[in-house]
Amino acid sequence: MFGLSKQCVLELNEEYKTLEDYQGRISRWCPGCGDNGILTATQRLCRDEQLPPEKCVFVSGIGCAARFPHYMSTYGFHGLHGRALPTAQGVKIRRPDLHVFVNMGDGDCCSIGTAHWIHTVRTNMKLVAMMHDNNIYGLTKNQASPTSPLGMKTNTTPQGAYLKAMNPLTVTLGITNVSFVAQVVEWLPEVLYEAIRQAFHHNGFAFIRILQRCPHFTPDAFSGLLSDPKKLLMLQHEDGIQLSETMSRLYKTTEQHDPADINRARELADRDDIVPIGILYRNENIPRYEQVTKSTHKSTWEQRENVLNGAFDKFGIDADFASANKGTRAGDGE
Amino acid sequence: MAGEMKQQTARSASSGKRATLLEEHIIEIVSDSGEGAQTAGQMFGTILAKSGNSVWTVEIIPAEIEPPARTPAGASGNRIRAGSFPITNAGDGAELVIGFNEQALMGGKWENRYKPGCIILLESMWANHPDPEIAAAYSGVVNILNEENYRLYEVPMEQECSRFVEDARRGKNMFVVGMLMNIYGRDLQLARHEIETKFKARKPDLVEPNIALLEAGYEWAEQNLDFRFEIPPYGVKEQQVVANGNVAVALGIVASGMEVCAMYPITPATSASHYLSEIFPEVGGFVHQAEDEIAACAFAIGSSYSGKCAVTITSGPGMALKTELMALSVMAEIPLVMVNVQRGGPSTGLPTKVEQGDLLAAIFGTPGDAPKIVMAPATIEDCFYSIITARKIAETFRTLVIVLSDANLATGQQAFPRPKISKEWGAPPVDQSPVPAGKDPLDWDPVTGLSQRFIPGQPGGMYTLTGLAHDRKGLVAYGPGINQEGCNRRSLKLAAFQKTLQPPKVCGDESGDLLIVGWGSTKGAIEEAVARVRKDGLKVSSTHLTFLQPMASGIKEIMQKFRQVMTVEINYSDSYEDELIDENNRRYANLAWLLRARYLIDVDCWSNVHGRPIRPGAIEDMIRERLK
Repeated sequence: MFGLSKQCVLELNEEYKTLEDYQGRISRWCPGCGDNGILTATQRLCRDEQLPPEKCVFVSGIGCAARFPHYMSTYGFHGLHGRALPTAQGVKIRRPDLHVFVNMGDGDCCSIGTAHWIHTVRTNMKLVAMMHDNNIYGLTKNQASPTSPLGMKTNTTPQGAYLKAMNPLTVTLGITNVSFVAQVVEWLPEVLYEAIRQAFHHNGFAFIRILQRCPHFTPDAFSGLLSDPKKLLMLQHEDGIQLSETMSRLYKTTEQHDPADINRARELADRDDIVPIGILYRNENIPRYEQVTKSTHKSTWEQRENVLNGAFDKFGIDADFASANKGTRAGDGE
Repeated sequence: MAGEMKQQTARSASSGKRATLLEEHIIEIVSDSGEGAQTAGQMFGTILAKSGNSVWTVEIIPAEIEPPARTPAGASGNRIRAGSFPITNAGDGAELVIGFNEQALMGGKWENRYKPGCIILLESMWANHPDPEIAAAYSGVVNILNEENYRLYEVPMEQECSRFVEDARRGKNMFVVGMLMNIYGRDLQLARHEIETKFKARKPDLVEPNIALLEAGYEWAEQNLDFRFEIPPYGVKEQQVVANGNVAVALGIVASGMEVCAMYPITPATSASHYLSEIFPEVGGFVHQAEDEIAACAFAIGSSYSGKCAVTITSGPGMALKTELMALSVMAEIPLVMVNVQRGGPSTGLPTKVEQGDLLAAIFGTPGDAPKIVMAPATIEDCFYSIITARKIAETFRTLVIVLSDANLATGQQAFPRPKISKEWGAPPVDQSPVPAGKDPLDWDPVTGLSQRFIPGQPGGMYTLTGLAHDRKGLVAYGPGINQEGCNRRSLKLAAFQKTLQPPKVCGDESGDLLIVGWGSTKGAIEEAVARVRKDGLKVSSTHLTFLQPMASGIKEIMQKFRQVMTVEINYSDSYEDELIDENNRRYANLAWLLRARYLIDVDCWSNVHGRPIRPGAIEDMIRERLK
């Protein structure tokens, strides 16, 4: 009544979103699962960017990681195994206003969804893809995945995995139109958050491989990296991630790596002896599919009528065949 | 010569020769791929239609891009059926055949496409070919045709055409159009106009030689052929549009208001996307060629989920790959239109040939219970309107609608009344209004199973869609009651939709000795066959189903009024003529299975998988034999 209605106050309060505003169902991941850290970092990003929850869509496939959307309070699409990426492309194609994130596991992305992974990199749509890589099929209970290390014993490889693990980084960096590749580990929240944040602001398809512990089946998969920080090669650059003082004290193996340098990025990605952490590659100038395919015409009903009438004229036959005999109407029935 | 003939009309040119009056005639033009028989056929079909005939044309397409020359399987061309009554199908045997070589010609003969003893105009250059094998092959065929009493005319096309163009192989097709213009007594000006329209824009220097070839063909026929035919016009009152089924599908997509089509190349569906790719951007639409069939379907579903209903176009093998996503569309209640232009199966089967073999796969092909709506256009006109209908149903009922077209519709061309555009066809704008508090994303109505779809961007509507069993809030829930409820509500939507359907019409009397039930592209042939036998007093009727899942009420009552009921379909069924086949093991045609199961009526079937449209004459023979 005096210019301060109750409604106004509520709206003001609602304007600032807290972490709780992005929290969906309580996670059912195992205690100690690395996915929890990824969820927290993502919620923090949403909070820091103050993203309207209704404008965010989290698309996932099938697997432990794919439960991710349920634990957000945004829109979510928990679809089919391997098909998160083409689904997310479809979500985005007509909706540039939506922030579309994709969460998939190593099986989802690097096995059943491999074709989509390659082609989504190539189309370079503005999406943030997080590949939760725990080196194992968890939800189906302990089968070898493409990223399982050679010799790893699983239910399908009781004598040890036959093949050397696939390297998702070298694959991604080899695909035409690759525009953003990062690698992080879920147990370093600062770097994890920063990679997701930079991915979110990237002008194109951002691919983040997140090494993630499965406390049940691969608790020791990354124990070497945890016990020996020297095995992590921290990539630093003013255009990439810059470590805090605390982190710099703990992680001393570092390299100044310009994310614009794809050749060095490929070399780093290919190293067996050390795990590069940070932004390997970024190129903001690759055309995005949703831009290059965007029609310049308006999608109005009047325009549809014009186009249909044009087509009907082109394929038309005059009812009055006498006038058609004079050849007055341009007809082409092919 | 061009000057002299400019004013000449067919009637004055062929004065002195009596034209035989016909109600209809079927023409086939066959050549090696790349010799232009298809262009000639399309052009002459257009001319016949423009001069008032009812016309159905069919492309004869080899499976290869450049098949070896002079091979029966490599023939390319066109069939034209023209009449002075509404033509609804490709008809029976061809009555006039033009062959550019004897091998392409024989391909059609082996497939029984020609009426025995029909007129054949055959390029004669092969008789004196330097390769003795070719010359011998030619004379062998000539002997066969003569022995079998075909009316064979050897035409020196190469010789005549080389007077006008360097490469006669590239000009014969217009010479052929000229001959046909003379034979069927059409005004040459119509053909000149077609040639001008075809070449003026892109290859203007080709207009003059092609008109010269046209006139040469006309003159050659005038001097050398002793027959003329007259097919009086069919009195069309309204404006017409000529299109094939795939073009009609593409136009239907534009008219339906959809904005996204995702596809992967597959024969015979792809040409719909070709045409759509041309015009869709003009209405702000987009055709996405995905990396595979699965991705195409996922892309379409993602696009539907965040906006207007999308469409994916495929054929049988592609539909098989999309199966898991089809179930997701049903389970998660995301509208989706899937067009399946059926080809011969199983597996990769007969890519360029017609079959109606995907009906059961469309209805039942998804593991678990995934109730979806399946409809089939029966004509090329239907191809246009069924997409508009399918989009509406998909959005209203939040489900998958499969439209089963086939290669017969895809490659056939027919004129149909120019659609009167209605704003009602279009999709409403994407709802971005806030969702009222307390509303669930799957707020199933207990009677109809219907609920409102929440679209990303709607404040207050946030939920996670899932293909896992879920409750009304969309939450994953494995409880027995909840899954039962979800399956029940999705099934009820079909029942709710079914209540809106009208019983199919009966063609012929409402009772009698035999009812033929059909679906899809066989409608024209079935109805023509039924009309023919009814003229002889046989008590036969037919009915045609547009919706196969669910089916309209009243079908049982229709069937019960006939002594016998059978389906006629282009798909496989066992025959009692095989020693091992009896009523315990006979496998029925697709629709017959469905009718038998639902209505407990002993529905028989007659079907084959020859990869060809079923001819009215073949259905007619079958009926006569059956009711003998």
